[in-house]
Amino acid sequence: MKRLLAILLCPLFLTGCSADWGWYVVNPGTKQGLTNLKFLLGGLQYTVLLSFTAILISITIGLLIALPGLSSNGWLRGFNRLYVELIRAIPILVLILWVYYGMPQISGLSISVFWAGVIALALSDSAFEAEIFRAGIQSIDKGQYEAAHSISLSYGDTMRFVILPQAIKRILPALGNQLVYMLKMSSLVSVIGMQELTRKANELVVTEYRPLEIYTILVLEYLVLILLVSAAVRWLERRMNTDERH
Amino acid sequence: MISIDRVSKFFGEFQALNQVSIEVMAGERVVVCGPSGSGKSTMIRCINQLETHESGRIIVDGVELDGSREALNAIRARVGMVFQQFNLFPHLTVLQNLTLGPVRARGLSEPAARELAMHYLDRVQIPEQADKYPRQLSGGQQQRVAIARALCMEPGIMLFDEPTSALDPEMINEVLEVMAGLAESGMTMICVTHEMGFARRVADKMVFMDHGEIVETGPPDRFFENPESKRCQDFLQKILHH
Repeated sequence: MKRLLAILLCPLFLTGCSADWGWYVVNPGTKQGLTNLKFLLGGLQYTVLLSFTAILISITIGLLIALPGLSSNGWLRGFNRLYVELIRAIPILVLILWVYYGMPQISGLSISVFWAGVIALALSDSAFEAEIFRAGIQSIDKGQYEAAHSISLSYGDTMRFVILPQAIKRILPALGNQLVYMLKMSSLVSVIGMQELTRKANELVVTEYRPLEIYTILVLEYLVLILLVSAAVRWLERRMNTDERH
Repeated sequence: MISIDRVSKFFGEFQALNQVSIEVMAGERVVVCGPSGSGKSTMIRCINQLETHESGRIIVDGVELDGSREALNAIRARVGMVFQQFNLFPHLTVLQNLTLGPVRARGLSEPAARELAMHYLDRVQIPEQADKYPRQLSGGQQQRVAIARALCMEPGIMLFDEPTSALDPEMINEVLEVMAGLAESGMTMICVTHEMGFARRVADKMVFMDHGEIVETGPPDRFFENPESKRCQDFLQKILHH
């Protein structure tokens, strides 16, 4: 990981010699550069908080939407299809604008930028989570349900103790993908003024006129964040697998 | 204890059970045999409502299976089942497999459930495997765990659906021994199996099924020595002479 970062950063320092690049703008050695860097990184906590809150909510909604999709009742399955098709058809950016500017007009309540972002991201992602859960649950052998039935487990207990633990292990890579996706999509919440990474970069570009360097830093910020998340998901996968082996 | 009266069951166009009737007394050991697709499994799966029947009546332990939730819950608590494919929960240890039902469905405390589980693991002779995961056990051991899991619900009736068909030959006996021990203890049992040696040894009643019908029933002596129907004779000839 460290070596990978070194390789990625290498061209940046090399290009520092060229007259076309002006790394001074984010040079931690100078006072102004350090201030600028701190300003850029000030968005990190919001990006992380926004993404993680949204993914937790979207996983919860996704599961609640997936379960009726597996029912033998046609109405419940119809509800699942309607939700998934409808939500999946709305572009995230449009949903963000709708939730922030549109929803208060119906509800009469104004909503903070942060929660508008969380709601829009969570809703948008929940349709995908629902499909992932449905596929994961459907991949579990019918015999598991029959065994649970034969020891008198209720539907809730069967899901909680037998089916979901196995399904979640199988869909963990897909859930990890969604988290990465969420981290990237959180950049869109900058359009309604959320002070996350992308917004910070945009604001700095306006004052410093160095889009190339500042957006390069922005790319690196997302890259590092997502590499860390990927590593964490892989670690979790490994841990869940070793559970059963020794 | 179990009364099945003119029960029929369809899978789409296919008639899996055709007017099946059978009585099983408390403590009776019934072995069901017949060619594949003859409805044996379907019949015993109807008894704990893994399948629902379309017509006829099934009364288990005084409760009529009328499709209601109450009847279903009353019945499955009293009827244990062992499956061909074991169906152990792969993400739980042997001990957790055994305690899940007692704790969640019977309301036992964790320590009481563990004690119960260890009692039945002793009975199927693998107490030392309590903390292992199912995939670390042999097929025969897994099936014995599955039997112990069913027994932990302390059922009055045990159903066995081809419990040795998925096992390597050298592991069949260890499972049959456990089943024979259970039979001796007076458990009411219905076993779908092709292990005719076992059937001779423990069965009180033999049932032969073909094409969704019960073709012949009788005590094992008469059943094996002197089967009445041609279909049953042919079947026994095929499985006893190989």
